[in-house]
Amino acid sequence: MTDGGFVRQFLDGLLKQWGVTNDLVTVLVYGAGMLLFATIVLLLWVAPLAGFTSYFERRIAARMQSRVGPNRVGPHGILQWIADGLKCLLKEDLIPREADAKLFKVAPYLVFFGMLGTFIVLPFSEWLVIADLDIGVFFLMAVTAFVAVGIIIAGWSSNNKWALLGGMRSAAQIVSYEIPSGLALLAVVLTAGTLSTQGIIRDQGWAPWQWNMFRTPFLFTAFFVYFISALAEINRAPFDLPEAESELVAGYNTEYSGMRFALFFLAEWADCYVISAVATMAFLGGWQIPPIVPEAARPLVQVLAFVAKSFFLIFVVIWVRWTLPRIRVDQMMELCWKYLVPIGFVNLLGTAAWVAFVPPNLGLATATSITLCVLAAAVVLYFVARVRYNLRATNAEVSLNPFV
Amino acid sequence: MATLQTQEMELNMGPHHPSTHGVIRFILKTDGEIISECKPDVGYLHRSIEKIGELTTYNGFMPYTDRIDYVAAMSANFVWALAVEKLGGYEVTRRAELLRVITTELGRISSHLVAVGTMAMDVGAVTPFPYALRERERVNDLLEEICGARLTFNYHRIGGVGWDMPAGWDKKVLTFCDSFEKILEEFDRLITGNHIFIERLAKVCVISPEDAVDWCFTGPNLRASGVDWDLRRDEPYSIYKDVKFAVPLGTSDVGVLGDSYNRFVVRVIEMGEAAKIARQCVLMLPETDGQNPVPKPKTLKPAKGECYVRTEAPRGEMGIFVVSDGSDKAWRVKARTGSFCAMGAVEALSPGLMLADLVALIASFDVVAPEIDR
Repeated sequence: MTDGGFVRQFLDGLLKQWGVTNDLVTVLVYGAGMLLFATIVLLLWVAPLAGFTSYFERRIAARMQSRVGPNRVGPHGILQWIADGLKCLLKEDLIPREADAKLFKVAPYLVFFGMLGTFIVLPFSEWLVIADLDIGVFFLMAVTAFVAVGIIIAGWSSNNKWALLGGMRSAAQIVSYEIPSGLALLAVVLTAGTLSTQGIIRDQGWAPWQWNMFRTPFLFTAFFVYFISALAEINRAPFDLPEAESELVAGYNTEYSGMRFALFFLAEWADCYVISAVATMAFLGGWQIPPIVPEAARPLVQVLAFVAKSFFLIFVVIWVRWTLPRIRVDQMMELCWKYLVPIGFVNLLGTAAWVAFVPPNLGLATATSITLCVLAAAVVLYFVARVRYNLRATNAEVSLNPFV
Repeated sequence: MATLQTQEMELNMGPHHPSTHGVIRFILKTDGEIISECKPDVGYLHRSIEKIGELTTYNGFMPYTDRIDYVAAMSANFVWALAVEKLGGYEVTRRAELLRVITTELGRISSHLVAVGTMAMDVGAVTPFPYALRERERVNDLLEEICGARLTFNYHRIGGVGWDMPAGWDKKVLTFCDSFEKILEEFDRLITGNHIFIERLAKVCVISPEDAVDWCFTGPNLRASGVDWDLRRDEPYSIYKDVKFAVPLGTSDVGVLGDSYNRFVVRVIEMGEAAKIARQCVLMLPETDGQNPVPKPKTLKPAKGECYVRTEAPRGEMGIFVVSDGSDKAWRVKARTGSFCAMGAVEALSPGLMLADLVALIASFDVVAPEIDR
């Protein structure tokens, strides 16, 4: 079975039953059927995913701040996001009198669409992907641009100066940071030799030293460049300037209420998953699992591996958000144009040279991978040691029980 | 073709903006993110506290002083009690003085905790704030135990305090002081050394020592600019001459002398010093066993005259000027507070700042709206 195979079989059966032979009708049915299936899958998967991410974030944030977090709705508060969503649905959808009503209404959908569109090419396993487009990575970059459009429309149409400032900040930020994140992904594309998301994953292996991240020193840097710029692209701290609540009241969504407000937040949390999933796909081996896993269990284990890696990255995103202060707008621009963009270009050139001059079957490639793995492990160990040292020095109480 | 024109945007920051710490309004003119003019518009929380002071009896004004600065109500209690005592020449037992200083210093800790917590939050780091509030809860518990209130204490009395401490309270204060030093270290590791935090605050909104004096800065804002001036040490009132403590000053180790970062660090260190003072006073308490800290209730009629008493409150010098005409009510009451003077500097400092810097500047002054307006 390949991508969309099961949908295509179903549609073929349907067409046969109807006795349709006309090419145009066939194409239309294919199109409509694909869209319908995609929508069902997306809504059944994306909405709970964003909801769970919100719960995950609130719980982790609470534990980081020595609070308890949501624990009332459902067991350990796991249904909190449904309650919040329902509450937002029932609230009045206010549109300020002076606002540009049409744009104001359409903006959240653009933001939501920009997030939703990425799921079309994001794979979950070897078999589970809505469409394995040949231009997968390009499509990812293109469709996320809708978010910037949506946010700037939201900021402009609200007719509120704080919202406008937030929208402008966001536009400047997303446009700037798309360059380094694009450059980082381009380095991966160069290595894999394909733009297809499934192709990039197939090019990697299950073991860490077969992951793109540890393949070459350039890709190693590219991972961090991508992750930092992706954080900025989805407006997460320390780059949450567009919605900086202490500066801009609530940024571009100041005037929104009800479901439109919820859509912005749903998109934000789903975006957390999107950037983590893209990083998993491009750098962390995607759904690759050891060959030892039996054939029957592979589809499930692959999904689990992919989601587990993604959620680890989501955890890092949340961790960063609740640890770091926000940087200033000029510092944000400086970081992008003075550091990330040059590093991105050097990475791209370096990767090109590596692909051209270092044959993959040479011992050098493997040695580099393993060295990088060891280096990363050493950094992690040093980090753990520092945390232990800090904990001991402050004598802080640590409670690792996740169920309070 | 007509040339494109840009015009400055007039922004109304407040009175209900999240980072104006109460109801203060700033009228900003900005060119994009850069502020070209900022006019503070104060007075939204004016409650005529001084006039109320002239309409109520001397004792009756005490609960109102809580409202001068509700984040550090003990300090306001303290200065009113000191002012009327000086005016009327009333005696205070040493035990009462000790209890006053302990409660005031605990109040200083809780006030500075809010200051540093909100400052971190205004810079975008949300996590230190709950940590600060967690410790503030412990201070509030201690103060609740001694006077029954958690925010507006109304504990000090003219000639003493409202109640003697409950049994075992001094032990609890000592336990708190012991653990607080570690908490401070935890707080330092959490935020003080954070690279982004330093980038955001250091070298921003630098106030030279001369400017600080010219703008009538007092308290931590003044000391952050390197001016070595603390009323508790330089003009000791109550029993402050019997305790030893350091007066932290701003440095140029990390940023520049007098920048926003110094105003943050000075407050963090001051919390530790306040805990030291509280500990020394608690250790002195057993000497005064048997003394009655509670004055007899009576209508006070200080002789004709006037006096000004100033104390070191968490937000700088808090002074009360009171004129008596010999009746049971003051003829004139005037309160001098630190935040009001700090607000004066905002207009001069803000041109050229980014919007985010202004938020950090206001937070670093630790202004509290009721203290500005009274």
